[in-house]
Amino acid sequence: MEITVQHPLERYIRSEKMPTTWCPGCGIGTVVQSFLKAIDELGLDPKDLVMISGIGCTGRVPHYLKFDGAHVLHGRAIPVALGVKLANPKLKVVVWGGDGDIASIGGNHLIHAARRNADLTVIMINNFIYGLTGGQVAPTTPKETVTYTSPYNPDSKPFDVVKLVAAAGATYVARWSTAYPVLLKESIKKALNHRGFSFIEVISQCPEIFGRINGFKEPYDLYLKIKKVGQIRRGISPFEAKYDWNEEISLGEFVNREEPTYLEQLEEIKKKARGEKA
Amino acid sequence: MSLNQQTQVSARGKKSFEVIVIRDRCKECSLCIELCPPKILERENSYNKFGYRPTRVTDNLKCVGCRICEYACPEFAIFVKEVKP
Amino acid sequence: MMEKGKVLYVTGNEAVVEGAIAAGCRFYAGYPITPSSEIAEEMSKRLPAVGGMYVQGEDELASINMIVGASMAGAKAMTATSGPGYSLMQEGIGLAVATETPVVIVDVMRAGPSTGIASKAWQGDLMQARFGSHSDYEIIALYASSVQEAFDLTVEAFNLAETYMSPVVLLSDGVLARMRERLYVKGRDELVIVNRKKPMESPENYLPYKRGDDYIPTIANFGDGYAVLKDSLTHDERGYYYERPDIQAKFVLGVTEKIRRNASKIYRWQEEYTEDAEVLFVASGVMGRIASVMVREAREEGKKWGVFRPISIWPFPEDALRRAARNASRVITIEMSVGKLIYPVKWTLRDGQEVSVLPWLSYEAPSPDDLLNLLEVKA
Repeated sequence: MEITVQHPLERYIRSEKMPTTWCPGCGIGTVVQSFLKAIDELGLDPKDLVMISGIGCTGRVPHYLKFDGAHVLHGRAIPVALGVKLANPKLKVVVWGGDGDIASIGGNHLIHAARRNADLTVIMINNFIYGLTGGQVAPTTPKETVTYTSPYNPDSKPFDVVKLVAAAGATYVARWSTAYPVLLKESIKKALNHRGFSFIEVISQCPEIFGRINGFKEPYDLYLKIKKVGQIRRGISPFEAKYDWNEEISLGEFVNREEPTYLEQLEEIKKKARGEKA
Repeated sequence: MSLNQQTQVSARGKKSFEVIVIRDRCKECSLCIELCPPKILERENSYNKFGYRPTRVTDNLKCVGCRICEYACPEFAIFVKEVKP
Repeated sequence: MMEKGKVLYVTGNEAVVEGAIAAGCRFYAGYPITPSSEIAEEMSKRLPAVGGMYVQGEDELASINMIVGASMAGAKAMTATSGPGYSLMQEGIGLAVATETPVVIVDVMRAGPSTGIASKAWQGDLMQARFGSHSDYEIIALYASSVQEAFDLTVEAFNLAETYMSPVVLLSDGVLARMRERLYVKGRDELVIVNRKKPMESPENYLPYKRGDDYIPTIANFGDGYAVLKDSLTHDERGYYYERPDIQAKFVLGVTEKIRRNASKIYRWQEEYTEDAEVLFVASGVMGRIASVMVREAREEGKKWGVFRPISIWPFPEDALRRAARNASRVITIEMSVGKLIYPVKWTLRDGQEVSVLPWLSYEAPSPDDLLNLLEVKA
């Protein structure tokens, strides 16, 4: 598509692939923009960035970004990303996935990457549904809502992935929403510079599917709901965070501490193997 | 002093802004239109290349440069440029 | 790194590790599974000492995907498993095929199906090695029959992976895994090591999935500055996904023809007494060695028998088998399974030979006499 006007972030975008395949009003593009603004303001070298994604609407993110990237298997972005990082530690590797990709099929990899304090940043865009496949229930879908495979509401309560990842040992855990893109941008900056594993959940609107079948007519209507339900909290632990569609989904930074990263621990092992003093 | 000049001064000191829409990227989601605080965005009546009616700016002089439209847009279709007076 | 070679007395699993390290493997991600676990254990000891990384994946899915990721960033990467784990890795193998990423996967075959008998050999995965993942693709699979071959073929596997930008399967079995034999570890000067090609063009002109005359693309590693997009979706030369029939056609032809057109360079096999063989035995791995002895002893008795041992199970050395069987009226595959080699052998031989399988359904490796007895019973 020929454009004569350049968006300020155009140099990071594969312009020939625009417009995106995302639905009108989908929150994924908003998150991507906050991300690009973050790396732009940090002054990171695009040659050092690698985007790894799984399958899903969020999985399409690397298609639009002019960095090294891979769009891999459903749920397997995290191990691929870890392999990339370990093979070339100077790269900054970012994982993009939806709630289904990261917390359902990818759940095992998520908790182990958190445990290892793997040197990765994982951005999980939670739209409460499996969007790309047409709208099936996800482990994050609230019990009060419906999807195409939960017409009588979900059979079980959802995960609060923030608690899951924190319990697995993650050293940076935050949750934001598409209604607070500036705070999201600032959090992404912290996550990218964080020592080890950083996890950011972004609750986001899926207007065409989740919104429509739950009675939200326009993207703005679902956006307002997300803005209302996402309450920013400061200084609470992840286990005090709420994940309640009717009451509150707590936003903010829940965990931020320093621990040896996976790479650092592997370097220790190399030293031991060579008989050097640790 | 004309009305235009008065408005210019009231918007963020001496700065003024221009809102630019990349028409063929817009998908009519209307988030920018709904969120714009000074309400200077509306939907065009004509269609872009993909059959959507993109956003258009009614009055750049009223833009306060908050960039809420820019940040909210999922398609990199709208951004705010600072204009040297 | 060794300049000169050295002689060791090691097991098949250990020989695989020696081969991998000699070939330049510096990343291993694996999950324990009998009878391959010694490969993981040895790698965890040896790799950090040579500056590499050992990761114990949380499962086989993590392992295969980690080695694909490591290879995408330029590392020579390997995993080892057995049947049940190999089944889990199929989607990941498809990812390596689709993104044309070199990796080596060792399958130390064991009795199955399903959990089977963990510590006992079987030869049941030969078809799965080629057809385990879904849809259209070709793959290279080599099967070692001795400790020396376990070393040599591991080096070969890495070289083939780097040459053809493809996953390569190294087959072994529960007998070879724990068997101890003399191994000559070739020194650096004696080894041929192949590394993947690097793109010559500037990033603006670069098309990662454009094929050369040899049908192989030159794919940049992450971090080389090419902003390369590697996609599991059907993609064009730029690596971009489009839903178009011509792109799908080009994509499946690309990943299959890449191996098929170069098959003659990939075929590996060994044959004995095939010039005038009237009965030809086809066997691979541990059964291949035993069949060789059986045929040698038969020749001493004047029987016109021959033996053909495929080393590259895939691509299957069709022309060589046809030549070896040209004078044979009977061709018999000897397998420690109900029969897997029998399939490519049947597909290949259309000259009127009577083709059948002699299944040795025990995990205790037979003596040549055991095979003769079974032959008589079956005849």
